[in-house]
Amino acid sequence: MAEALLHLQGLCKNFGSLVVTDDVTLDVHAGEMHALIGPNGAGKTTLIDQMSGLIAPDAGSVVFAGDDITALPPQTRALLGMSRTFQISSILPGFAVVENVALAVQARTGSSFRFFGDAAAEPALNIPAMAALEAAGIADRANARAGELSHGEKRALELAIALAMQPRLLLLDEPMAGIGRDESERLVNLLLRLKGQLTMILVEHDMAAVFALADRISVLIRGRLLTTGSPAQVRADPQVVAAYLGEQME
Amino acid sequence: MASTLAVEAAEPAPSWARQIVLPAAIFLILALLPVIAALTHQRYLIDLATRVMVYAVAAVALDLLVGYGGLISFGHAAFIGLGAYAVGILSAHGIGDALVALPTAIIASMLFAWLTGIVCLRTKGVYFIMITLAFGQMIFFVATSLAPYGGDNGLTIAARNTVAGVPLLKSDRAFYYVTLVCLLATYLFCRALVASRFGRVLRGGKQNATRMATIGFTIRRFQLVAYIITGGLGGLSGFLLANSAEFVSPAYMSWQQSGELIVMVILGGLGTLHGAIIGTAVYLVVEEWLSGITENWQVIFGPLLVLAVLFARGGLLGLGSTLRRHLTEGDSNG
Repeated sequence: MAEALLHLQGLCKNFGSLVVTDDVTLDVHAGEMHALIGPNGAGKTTLIDQMSGLIAPDAGSVVFAGDDITALPPQTRALLGMSRTFQISSILPGFAVVENVALAVQARTGSSFRFFGDAAAEPALNIPAMAALEAAGIADRANARAGELSHGEKRALELAIALAMQPRLLLLDEPMAGIGRDESERLVNLLLRLKGQLTMILVEHDMAAVFALADRISVLIRGRLLTTGSPAQVRADPQVVAAYLGEQME
Repeated sequence: MASTLAVEAAEPAPSWARQIVLPAAIFLILALLPVIAALTHQRYLIDLATRVMVYAVAAVALDLLVGYGGLISFGHAAFIGLGAYAVGILSAHGIGDALVALPTAIIASMLFAWLTGIVCLRTKGVYFIMITLAFGQMIFFVATSLAPYGGDNGLTIAARNTVAGVPLLKSDRAFYYVTLVCLLATYLFCRALVASRFGRVLRGGKQNATRMATIGFTIRRFQLVAYIITGGLGGLSGFLLANSAEFVSPAYMSWQQSGELIVMVILGGLGTLHGAIIGTAVYLVVEEWLSGITENWQVIFGPLLVLAVLFARGGLLGLGSTLRRHLTEGDSNG
């Protein structure tokens, strides 16, 4: 049995009287692509937020690579090797595209308490940044202002930022949301290439992509984990079909 | 892909020219001003320009904090006051040398910035504004109650600081150039800071704090360091102010003074650094001019500021592009 890189133990979160995460216990194995699916409002993003540290759970714990990180802030988790993308692109709109990525390189490598020297001209930051942009397929837009990118390009930029952090665990929150068929196909191919090199958790509504990519799938319904299994198992599960896949497959 | 090793600026070329030409012009004019004043026999010009430059040191630093860090400090005059009182109190005890007074002024301000910054930076937005204001008022009331050092009335300084025993600052013209060098150093230092690794993190935190956290930056640490640096530069401004006026008063650190500094920075154009110098100059010159016309100059000054903020989004520096936009829009509509 593969070792769990990420382990969620009895995670609970309420927003007022609304239960968004209901006693979720989940293992994500090292190296796997683990998809998280479920209807809108199932609490997928909230669960990702608790993994990356933006939201603190009411109960339960998050264990990353054997260490309990429940109390650690997002920046510490990032430096431990956890990176994420957001459902709604979260970038630095006033910065050049390459600078967005170079900042991630800067966070990972060496001191940021340097008060002199033009950071935008540092090859040590720009070369890895360009490599990440290349991998995400938007190297040609490196010098554009990030705020001026198209929606699809912003998604790609987010991925480049996440890759530049050289994470062990990559959390992808609906990376295909709102992008065109061509771009979506390119993204699936990119993720296929990354598969096996790092552990990924993928939240996605595009079932074709999920079943093409995922090693295992967890289904979340109203904050509760319904089941976890291989794509074939999940597809055949009558409970899953009734609660979610039925409407998706029609 | 060798061409991508050095990344070009994301902004178009005109702003690059503005980054070099305008600041150079500002400092050239300031450098030549004493000559002009001498030729035209208008000695008050030197006094006025000295005052502008003294406050511009603090305003440029404040722009670093507000324009690049997104931290609206409403207690910035406290640092000016601390720097000034360092000069005044030392002088009252017979220590009148800049080699002691200047480091004391800067370190005292940085220390105050450090202690208050730890608390202030736990808050955000309006609460940050309020708590910096509160700390500013606290130090203001401490100054007014310093009976041995003049209390409410302030403190007259016997003579300007000497530099290693030499009365270098005695002549107004020499003092003018010392102030100019301080302003130039402040400006260049802040410019370097903005472009550095540190500055990039600070700017990133202003744009998207969540993104910065999720790539691994503890933004508050960077903000605290920026706060301490701007505090120290406020202390430098206070050191210059005390020496130029040869007088120290609690009024230097009143909340009105903090407000005026914010207005100066916004008036010139946030996040440009040299805009803060222009803003300070325009503010003080217009204030001087209007107060020469009428006693109730604030009645005119207030609406002028309102107009400036309404019509010059991005400050006086942004005025050109605002006008151009209005004109081109007018063309396409008509």
